[in-house]
Order: sequence, then structure tokens, then C-alpha cells
Amino acid sequence: MSAPRRVNRVAVAVLLFSMAGAMSALYAVDQLRRESVAQESLYVSSPTVLRRLSLGYTGLLADIYWTRAVQYFGEKHRAGSRDYHLLAPLLELTTELDPRLMPAYQFGANFLAPKPPYGAGLPGAALALTKYGIEHNPDQWRLYYNLGFLYYTELKDYAKAADAFSRGAQLPVTHPFMPVLAARMAEHAGEFDTARMLWSTTYQSTQDPLIRQNAVQHLLALQVDEDVTRLEQAVKKYHEQNGRLPASMGDLELAGLVHGAPADPKGRPYKLMPDGRIEVQDPGSIYFITKGLPPGVPTPEPARVD
Amino acid sequence: MNVGGTNARIGYIAFNTFREAVRDRVLYNLIAFALLLSGAAILVGEISIDIERLVVVNLGLTAVSLFGVVIAIFIGIGLVSKEIDKRTLYTVLSRPVCRWEFVVGKFVGLTGTLVVNTLLMAIGVFLALHYVAHRFEMMDVWVLVALYFIVLQFLIVCALALFFSSFSTPLMSAVFTFALFVVGSLAEDLRGFARITHGVGGWLATAIAYLVPNFSALNVISQVAHGDAVSGRLMVYDSVYALLYSAMAISGAVLIFQRRNLK
Repeated sequence: MSAPRRVNRVAVAVLLFSMAGAMSALYAVDQLRRESVAQESLYVSSPTVLRRLSLGYTGLLADIYWTRAVQYFGEKHRAGSRDYHLLAPLLELTTELDPRLMPAYQFGANFLAPKPPYGAGLPGAALALTKYGIEHNPDQWRLYYNLGFLYYTELKDYAKAADAFSRGAQLPVTHPFMPVLAARMAEHAGEFDTARMLWSTTYQSTQDPLIRQNAVQHLLALQVDEDVTRLEQAVKKYHEQNGRLPASMGDLELAGLVHGAPADPKGRPYKLMPDGRIEVQDPGSIYFITKGLPPGVPTPEPARVD
Repeated sequence: MNVGGTNARIGYIAFNTFREAVRDRVLYNLIAFALLLSGAAILVGEISIDIERLVVVNLGLTAVSLFGVVIAIFIGIGLVSKEIDKRTLYTVLSRPVCRWEFVVGKFVGLTGTLVVNTLLMAIGVFLALHYVAHRFEMMDVWVLVALYFIVLQFLIVCALALFFSSFSTPLMSAVFTFALFVVGSLAEDLRGFARITHGVGGWLATAIAYLVPNFSALNVISQVAHGDAVSGRLMVYDSVYALLYSAMAISGAVLIFQRRNLK
């Protein structure tokens, strides 16, 4: 074999070997750095400085920060973290760089306000972000919806929620539920149907898988809360009619108070407890439920994924 | 193959590359660096409260990195073309020197130049640190580790500059190398994008993220500025990565240079 051909073969072998080796080494670095908390720092936290550093390419930089925000929340959420301290600054930077980036406002409304581990526990930051969005995009009904949603779900301020929904309902392009939600806030704010309408609208008005998953979990929890309330009312009525508590769900069915064996949205039958309370079979399987839990058991949280 | 002779030839080419860089007044950048750092040290000493060390480490290491990258690109892209223009390449290759030895020698010479440059700048960083903090601390050891990581970055940049210069014009080589440096510095975002993208787009983004040089994996400046330790495993993995990535680029340069018609 001639010398140049031998050199070529060796060079090809080195190239392939080093390419495979470099990828493997990078994969190992990735695994190592994912564990590291050192990544959790914001090198530049001033939107003004970032805007200048971007040399006018603010749109691209906003997209990068938006990706970073979603990635940050997604990874922490999967790990069952309770600390989301960078979420608010990341979303603020994103929206200051591109004030028309609607998904960032929706993400903020859904995940900045709820208490950890569902979100960052910063309703004030969520409100500020949404109001900033409205200031820069006054014709977007989604932002008024987000504002009403925050007042309703997190702050329980139904009057302000009604005001936000009705302002959104007056826009030329709006969602058909907006005037309905505005009207319901006045008299039916605490009802299950109102909450269901809100979470359904949230589900329908986004493509973000995290927001959709969150909405589905809330809808399932609402179903359980409503079922348990209805079943406990049936138990109470049975007690009033018969002077004793029902021994089983069968007693309630015989009395015509329920139909069939009532089950939770995951198909597990509800349990009738000796003291007349209704409990779900697996309290950890449906997040956000506030009823049907055994005494002393807190509202279940998303499981940690290691 | 005479290994001793090969080593001697590579060493000779490397030494000449270093000597030529010094003759080209490359080390003059040290003056600019010294002025920048001493100015910054005096300034932060006057206006910063409690973050003097942080500012000096961040500024010093960033300057070391950027100065080095600029030198690596602008010397690296001219290593082959300049030899062809001056016709010195023909003299070298008419002697018992293989083309691959020429490429490897140039690479070693250029990285050697940058290592010397970095060592001198490191002295400047530590002098500035001592000026603002009035003493050295244990955590300053991590600054040395960050400097080592910066040298690893230079290895890759030099190899890439040499790779592009083996088949392209100096201007285009500079553009390609600088573009890869920018993309590689944003590699974490590319990785993040790949993680949240599904389907073909996700696969494509992952492939690109692994193929482009990951300079962000070699950047621990912010970490050491806060006095945080760098794990030994990261040092090993990053060293292996930088060496293998450089070997890959140099192999590519050798393959192209072997086939190149120099007449």
C-alpha cells in the first residue's frame, strides 16, 4: 500500500473514531451538567442590556429565552422541584424582548401563579406579566382571559375576574365563552360549571402540551370534587330518609339516589366510608382534588420523575 | 515509519509556526489585555461593592477567551494559504516532510502559541485579582481550571480554522470558523430546542447539537466567578471531548490536504 493511501486510511479511521468518541464524551458531559445547579443562573438579567447586546435581533433572542423558559420549567416540573425562581425573570426577559409573544403570557398565567410544585407561587408576577401583555397587545382576547383566569383561580377576586372577562368580550375578535364567563362571575363564580368552562377554554385555546396537560388534570379534579359533593349529598339525604347511614353504594342505588356504581374519571369506584364520607380509592392518582381525600391527606402533587 | 523523525519534523514545523506568530506581533494583544484588565481592576475597585472579584474574574476570563479565539481564527485561517502564497510550502514539502506532518505541526504550533499567550494573560488575571481582593483565596484555584477549559476551547477553534483553511479561502475560513464558534457557544439552547421538539425536527436538532462543537460545555467562567467548584469528572469528560473533537477536525484537514492539488 502506498504511503498517501495509508495516511488516508489512518485519517479516516481517526476521524470516525474521534467523532464517535467526541459524541460519547459530550453525552457524558450533558448528563453531568444536567445534574448541576450551576446552570441555573441568568447571566444577563437586564432586558435593556440584552436588547442592546442583541444588536436589533430581539426577535431571535426572545425565541431563545422563550425556549429556555419552557425547558427550565419542564425539567424542574419533571423532577418534582418546588423552586422555580428563574421562571419569572425568564418570561419577563422574553416578553420585554418580544412583547407580542403570546405563548409566553399564557405560560406565565398558568405556571407563575400556582403554588409549588404546580408553579412558581408568584401570583403578583403573573398579574404583572399579563398586564404588561395587555398594555402592548390591547386587542388580544387571550390576555384578558388570562387576567380573568388569574383573578378567578388564584386570587378568588370574582369582581376583577368579571371585569377582565367583560373587557375581553368587547373586543372585535374574541372567544364566544368570554361574555358567558363575564356574566357567570357575578352569581355563579363558585360553581363547578364555571370552573369547568374556564379550564375547557384554557385547553381549547392553546397548543402547549404542558398547559393542556395542566388543564386536563384540573378538569379531572373538578369532576372528582363534583362527584364527591354529589355523593355526600346523596348520603345525607339517605340519612334523613332512613335515620341511618347507608352501608354501601348499593343502599344508595336501591334508594334511587345514585345510578350504578359511581367511579372516578380513572374508572375506580368511589368508596363509601363508615362515617358517611366518600373517598377516592387512590388519592395520589388525580392531582388538585380537594374532596374525597382520607383525613389528613394533603392534595396530591405530581410525582417526581428521576 | 520513523516515529522519532516524524516527531522531530512535527516539532520543527510547530516551533516555526510559533516563531512566525511571535514575529507577526501576535503577542502584542497582551498589551491591550493588560490595559483592559488593569483599567477594569482600578475601576471596579472604585465603583463596585462586594463584587470586585466577580467582575475581575468574569471580565478577565472572558477577555482571555475572546482574545484567544480571535487569534486562533485569524492565524489559523492563514496557516496554509500564507505558505502557498509565499511559496514556502513547496520548499517544506520538497523535503522529507509528509503533508499530514505539516498539518499536525501547524496545529501544534498554533495551539502552543495560544497556550503561551494564555499563560501570560493568566498572570494578568491573577495580578488583577490580587489587586482588588488584596489576597488570594482557595477558590481562586477554580480560575485556573476555567483557564484550562479555555485552552480546550482554543484546541477546537484552532483545529476548525485549520480544517476550513485546508480547502477554503482565508476570508471564508474565518467566516465558517467564527460562525461555528457562535453556534457552538449557543449549543445549550440548541440542545434545549432539541429536547422540546418532537419527530424529525427533534432528531435533526439533536444531530446538529451533537455535531457542532459544544463551546458552552467548555465554559465554566460564570461558575468559577461565584467560587463554585468544577467537578473532576467534568474536567476529564471535557478534556476527552476537546481532544477528540480536535482530532476529528485535524483528520478532516489531513484528508483534504492530502488530496489537494498544490501545483
